[in-house]
Amino acid sequence: MIPEIGHFALILALCVALVQGFLPIYGAAVGNSSLMAVAKPAARTQFLLVLTAFGCLAYAFADKDFSVLYVAATSNSQLPLHYRLAAIWGAHEGSLLLWTFILTLWMFAVTLFSGHLPETTRSRILGVMGLVSVGFLLFMLTVSNPFERLIPAAAEGRDLNPLLQDPGMVIHPPMLYMGYVGFSVAFAFAIAALLGGNLDAAWARWSRPWTTVAWCFLTVGIALGSGWAYYELGWGGWWFWDPVENASFMPWLAGTALVHSLAVTDKRGGFKVWTVLLAIMAFSLSLLGTFRVRSGVLTSVHAFATDPKRGLFILVFLAIVIGGSLALYAWRAPKVGLGGSFAMLSRECMLLANNVLLVAAMGSVLLGTLYPLFLDALDLGKISVGPPYFDSVFVPLMVPAIFLMGIGPLAQWKKASVPDLAKRLKWAFGVSLVSALTLPIVMGNWTPLLSLGLLLAIWIVTTSAIGLRERLAHVNGNSLVERLASVPRSYWGMLVAHCGIAVFIVGVTMVKGFETEKDVRMNVGETASIGDYTFRFDGTQDVVGPNYTAARGTFHVSRDGRETTVLYPEKRRYPVQNQIMTEAAIDPGLLRDLYVSLGEPIDDGAWSVRLYHKPFIDWIWGGCFIMALGGALAISDRRYRLAWRRQEPAVPVPTRAARRKVA
Amino acid sequence: MNRFLLPLSIFVVVVGFLGIGLTLNPREIPSPLVGKAAPEFSQPQLYDQEKIFSSNDLKGKVWLLNFWASWCNGCKTEHPVLMDLAKSGQVTIYGMDYKDQRDEALTWLQRGGNPYSVIGVDEVGRVGINFGVYGVPETYVIDKQGVIRYKQIGPLYPDTVEKKILPLVKQLESE
Repeated sequence: MIPEIGHFALILALCVALVQGFLPIYGAAVGNSSLMAVAKPAARTQFLLVLTAFGCLAYAFADKDFSVLYVAATSNSQLPLHYRLAAIWGAHEGSLLLWTFILTLWMFAVTLFSGHLPETTRSRILGVMGLVSVGFLLFMLTVSNPFERLIPAAAEGRDLNPLLQDPGMVIHPPMLYMGYVGFSVAFAFAIAALLGGNLDAAWARWSRPWTTVAWCFLTVGIALGSGWAYYELGWGGWWFWDPVENASFMPWLAGTALVHSLAVTDKRGGFKVWTVLLAIMAFSLSLLGTFRVRSGVLTSVHAFATDPKRGLFILVFLAIVIGGSLALYAWRAPKVGLGGSFAMLSRECMLLANNVLLVAAMGSVLLGTLYPLFLDALDLGKISVGPPYFDSVFVPLMVPAIFLMGIGPLAQWKKASVPDLAKRLKWAFGVSLVSALTLPIVMGNWTPLLSLGLLLAIWIVTTSAIGLRERLAHVNGNSLVERLASVPRSYWGMLVAHCGIAVFIVGVTMVKGFETEKDVRMNVGETASIGDYTFRFDGTQDVVGPNYTAARGTFHVSRDGRETTVLYPEKRRYPVQNQIMTEAAIDPGLLRDLYVSLGEPIDDGAWSVRLYHKPFIDWIWGGCFIMALGGALAISDRRYRLAWRRQEPAVPVPTRAARRKVA
Repeated sequence: MNRFLLPLSIFVVVVGFLGIGLTLNPREIPSPLVGKAAPEFSQPQLYDQEKIFSSNDLKGKVWLLNFWASWCNGCKTEHPVLMDLAKSGQVTIYGMDYKDQRDEALTWLQRGGNPYSVIGVDEVGRVGINFGVYGVPETYVIDKQGVIRYKQIGPLYPDTVEKKILPLVKQLESE
């Protein structure tokens, strides 16, 4: 019964989405305000309906209802409750439901925080989001229904893929989807603006916080996925340039460009057309990512069951959504105008250069991921494009982008001067150069890449410090604390996010430059050393988990004779899917990770073992979280809170106005 | 050209390729041996170990070579398909028992039936290596000149037999 309620809720949601997609947009076109007024209640109803469906599926999982095909396929009675709930997005159908649910969640948020928008704009935005939702609901109801019954019911479920039975996997997909789908808001804003033909600074001001929030979620989502790969796949890598990783990275690059371009449109009214294009691009790449993961066009650990009908559906959907919006762009954008002019050397120009570099990086990632498909489609053979391509293309594009990242915030809008910038930045440059050249020598291993990485990281930090100092000189306040407090939060946000990049670069550089690894055979009682650390293997024990059995190794790690930690890596066997999983044991630290994973048992209790010493690796993810924190700071800025407060009088409820007067 | 049309045109090209991509199978591994002469072999036969099963005896015929083993799961899936194909008499199937125990292989055939006209024994997997076998089951279509014309990795399904194997065999017969 419950699954049928869920199914029915989805059908109703589709009906509501159709209404929401067509009436308000039509109403906005002909100026009919009662049709436009449909948007808000429709969006809220749709949210409640999809929430109901989501709740029903969650209930079916919690209840171990193996008469639901999807539940039987992705869970098992032995699977603990939290993983059963996470199994909702453990495979294709459920992750679509999650995607749709998050889309309606964003819609709901738009209805809450859009009081200050003109009614035509709001109804167009919600209408566009409704149309996107129509596509996803149709997709679910036609070829990927999560509520499909399995009659007679299975006695036991086929279990969740053991790779996904991990705390990181519980939150990685929702975070990522929050980011992906979040770009739909910026996208809807852009389409609404194209439809209405008014692309002004106010438009950019409204889009900015939405885009930043989505970008924060995406950043965290990608970081979680990368961290998961690091400790779950058992060989210590953190980024593989896997097609699906790229699928999430491309929207991130486009989104990063969008965040910066929106800043220019907001502050200077420039780059309008470019910003709109980026907004369309960011969301299109999110959709394209979904398509490539779900359609079986490529193979990857992430690719779920492939079905040509699904692939075709998504392709047609993509063609309509992206093709339609790009056609609209080609038609309407020329009328929008290009915005204010600026000199060759100005903050605008540097942001533009940064945008171009980011988009070029995005394009090269796109090319790298699609290249095998192009060749295959042209029947020129099968190849795969690996990390060497991406590394060699990516680094040269990012180096100038990061160099500009230091200068940009210090340059004046409209027109900056070289001698002035050089004067202000000479210390930062000197300090960065000298320390980047000497630090690796002090650490005992000088390589050009190591110096380059450190140069970029220190450059970001020193230029940020200069920027902050100059800023402090211009704000009012007597004490330092007072002046620090009067620096707007959006400025802090930028500084923090940029320093996040610096932290990230330090992580990558140090890991590449100084990591050590050892593949050894270890007998019980034997020791092996990497760096200053000595690992003693004390044999394995058999342990039994809720739905697996495992061999758990014990390793005593010591440094200079003092015990540092004890690590327990496991080799797990999940009987339902008969899969072997390597659970690495990690001793994380600010300056280094110690990482042990069990290879294969050899004989007499001996194992092949992998030992890693990874300096600064946690800085990689730390940097990502700091970036996201920067984004969060930026949207907590006073002017957004003001805008939020200012919208209240617009609500036409007299009693509220009266209460205000009394207050 | 209008520069505002550029993004749309790029997208159209990408969609075109994605569309073609949908019809391709990314898991399909091309065999460098397709179009080349099948490696020669002469192996003892499974039923009568005194006799030799040799590829030279099959010159001038179109035939299927199926690598299988009693320990292989995919072979169980494909077995009924092979039985039907053998019954239809449209093509002769030869088997290569790959890295297997003789008694287990015999029990297996007794239980499921024997679709093969002759079965060779490849106990150490030498023939498998020469043919570039990734894993069993694998099936090769070999023409009258002894050239491999098609390779199926993994089990044969009725669909593949209908759409690929039989039309190809017919075409090769008439060559």
